[in-house]
Amino acid sequence: MDWVNVIVQGALIGGLYALFAAGLSLMFGVMRLVNIAHGDLIVLAAYLGIVVVQTLGVGPFASLVIVVPTMFVLGYVLQRGLLNFTLGGDILPPLLVTFGLSIIIQNALLEGFSADSQKLQAGGFETASIHITDQLAIGWLPFAIFLTAVAVIALLELLIYRTALGRAFRATSDDSDTARLYGVRNRHVYALATALALGVISIAAIFLAVRTNFGPASGPARLLFAFEAVIIGGLGSLWGTLAGGVVLGVAQAVGAQLNPSWETLAGHLAFLVVLIIRPRGLFPKLVD
Amino acid sequence: MSITSPIPAYRIQRSTRTGWIGLALAVIIVAVLVSLPWWGGEDDLRLIVEICYTIALAQMWNLLAGYAGLVSVGQQAFVGIGGYALFALTIIAHVPPIPAVVLAGVAAAILAVPSAWVVFRLRGAYFAIGTWVVAEVFRGLMGLIPELGSGTGMSLPVAISRAVGATRFERETALYYVGLAIGVGTVAAVFAWLRSRQGLALTAIRDSETAAGSVGINNDRTKFAVYILAALATGMVGALIYLEKLRISPDAAFDVIDWTADVIFIVVIGGIGSIEGPFIGALVFFGLRYFLADYGAWYMILLGAVAVIIMLLAPRGLWGLLADRFDIHFFPVRRRVRLE
Amino acid sequence: MTALLVTIGLTAFYGDFQALFGVDLVVEEGETLAVIGANGAGKSTLLRTICGLLPAAAERIRYRDGNIGSLSPADIVARGIALVPEGRRLFPSLSVEENLRMGQQCGRKGPWQLDRVYALFPILRERRRQPATSLSGGQQQMAAIGRALMTNPELLLCDEISLGLAPIVIRDVYAALPGIRAEGTTMVIVEQDINRALTVADRVYCLQEGRIKLEGRPADLTREQIKLAYFGV
Repeated sequence: MDWVNVIVQGALIGGLYALFAAGLSLMFGVMRLVNIAHGDLIVLAAYLGIVVVQTLGVGPFASLVIVVPTMFVLGYVLQRGLLNFTLGGDILPPLLVTFGLSIIIQNALLEGFSADSQKLQAGGFETASIHITDQLAIGWLPFAIFLTAVAVIALLELLIYRTALGRAFRATSDDSDTARLYGVRNRHVYALATALALGVISIAAIFLAVRTNFGPASGPARLLFAFEAVIIGGLGSLWGTLAGGVVLGVAQAVGAQLNPSWETLAGHLAFLVVLIIRPRGLFPKLVD
Repeated sequence: MSITSPIPAYRIQRSTRTGWIGLALAVIIVAVLVSLPWWGGEDDLRLIVEICYTIALAQMWNLLAGYAGLVSVGQQAFVGIGGYALFALTIIAHVPPIPAVVLAGVAAAILAVPSAWVVFRLRGAYFAIGTWVVAEVFRGLMGLIPELGSGTGMSLPVAISRAVGATRFERETALYYVGLAIGVGTVAAVFAWLRSRQGLALTAIRDSETAAGSVGINNDRTKFAVYILAALATGMVGALIYLEKLRISPDAAFDVIDWTADVIFIVVIGGIGSIEGPFIGALVFFGLRYFLADYGAWYMILLGAVAVIIMLLAPRGLWGLLADRFDIHFFPVRRRVRLE
Repeated sequence: MTALLVTIGLTAFYGDFQALFGVDLVVEEGETLAVIGANGAGKSTLLRTICGLLPAAAERIRYRDGNIGSLSPADIVARGIALVPEGRRLFPSLSVEENLRMGQQCGRKGPWQLDRVYALFPILRERRRQPATSLSGGQQQMAAIGRALMTNPELLLCDEISLGLAPIVIRDVYAALPGIRAEGTTMVIVEQDINRALTVADRVYCLQEGRIKLEGRPADLTREQIKLAYFGV
């Protein structure tokens, strides 16, 4: 049995989960908002990719040029126009509004695109692989996903720890009233956080669309994977989230190798194990 | 008023005039419903059962989210467990179907204990998603059991269906009364509990956990109790649903839309944190469904949009608006100090 | 002297609870004004309302020639009013230097740059990269004042900067004030420590349960008057 290959492949796919999780983490970090519609927004971005590819006839990765900025703007408008009004202490409004949003997006996609499953074609890239040794081969796609995840997370870390905007994010997360006293316009900052989050997940969405089939109801599963990667990795740490994604990816790959229908369950069980033995995650950073 | 003047005479008022009206209405409605099998059709019976168990699910979700502060997006776990427990108990353990419904609820309550142990490690919105993961785990696990149909599910053997009642009329009536009992029973239980001291503690937790803790209320134990109780009732509902539907599968039994999204919408639209709220929400829900069911996805979009708008503009729901304006309480749970 | 800031019948509420009952206050340009009062008198509430953290009607607070009552905190700091909040409120996730740099967020120009602040508080330069909350109480207070100075304010509001500090540390913190004053910055010092406030102030207001009970120059006020206004018995 080809365990090394399975584990490596799973680890690389973990990059995808890390990207999903980074978006979730960013929104929670800056404004304590957990977006139940997170997975559905990923799927929305994937459908957007399909539309761009079909109308412009470009390749899937070229569609990023349109999809990422569009989702960025959508995130800004969504936060500024809707989600900002749910913030303010009580956890119910943001949760329920984003839950409602999730249902709306799923059904709107169903209306617009039918329940047919979709996929983006990347002309063989999905299945091409690099032969490292006689026994070990890694797929180009998982490898690309992982590299992208590392690059995106590195850029996010740079943004958060080396720029004025990142300072504003961290200050607002610590104490939004005092941040306002020092010139931070928090409605704008929250909107930027969400814009950034959606930009990040839209990159992941295109990779997702190339890798597997998806449909209007594929969102919730992605939310759960993002969430599991965040919890396994530990709150407050983006690199921890990468680790969380890798653990989840490996668990799913191992499960799938044993029996294809055990794939997601294996991931859930890995999540539960981490939650039970290390409730704060593997690399927690948050001082809450 | 100086320190030496006597404390004015007061009494604690627990009932309200609208409360008595509510009680009268409830008695009349229940009496009418009890007589329904003799003058109503099968469709009417099924609809009432559906309304009853939907309200039961809604009251439980309301208790969890509106009072205990436990926003669960995973109650479908217990619907599924209840359904599968019913199948397992009747088919494998040969328990008669109606008692099996109750035992299935107990099974759900028992499985709620390890669930709570895991899920209570999370807080707030992460708790919510955690409950969803737990539901998915149960869905995955049930799909692995060959005796219960594995991933594709199974049908309830005819013999068990016959055990409910020999004739169609007997079966439908028996299921109807179980449904009615669950509906009325859940509402009565919630009402009784909220009027009790434990209920007062729960309301205190709803209003402010820190304050409640500081006056000696054991927040964690109360929340745990609510979680287990909700699982019990939800499990019984699940058992009843699948006893009626006669066919179970993991995807249907653990469906988040049917057993959680719809319930959440009902409670949010009707009004979180009140017993009356879920009734109003159910009215809106079933009304919308009656008029718009043909429109499939648009119906769900509208439902979602209504819930979002209500949450933003009227966080205490339609009932919240009514009760605040007119001071109506059909289920009086508050204690008021009346000065004489 | 011109009036820099004027409040006209200012009220403030926390939900149903009223904290300020029609406060009329004038801050003259260039002066150091003290606002004293017991716990709960409304001093912090007054500063927070001026800074926009609590809502007020536009015309109830005038700054120079404009009504600022309904502006957001970000707009108010952009106009030149900075608050050193009660309890310091440094950002735990940020280092000392990053906390100071937060003062630049509002984009005002002026003499207060990092080097100038480090010159005023040398200990902060030593600890610039450490997490802000790892500093001692007095050092944190200096950082909080430095952060406010980085906004290059015309009006600096200091909310209980002596709170929780040992007398010797308070002395070090207060030693910085003359340097700030010499720059021409107008200051409002809110204090529970009456003596400290009276030695440093040009004028003083005394608040009691949300109302102004006394106003004047420290030299003109007797102990008795102050005690009456402060405690009200």
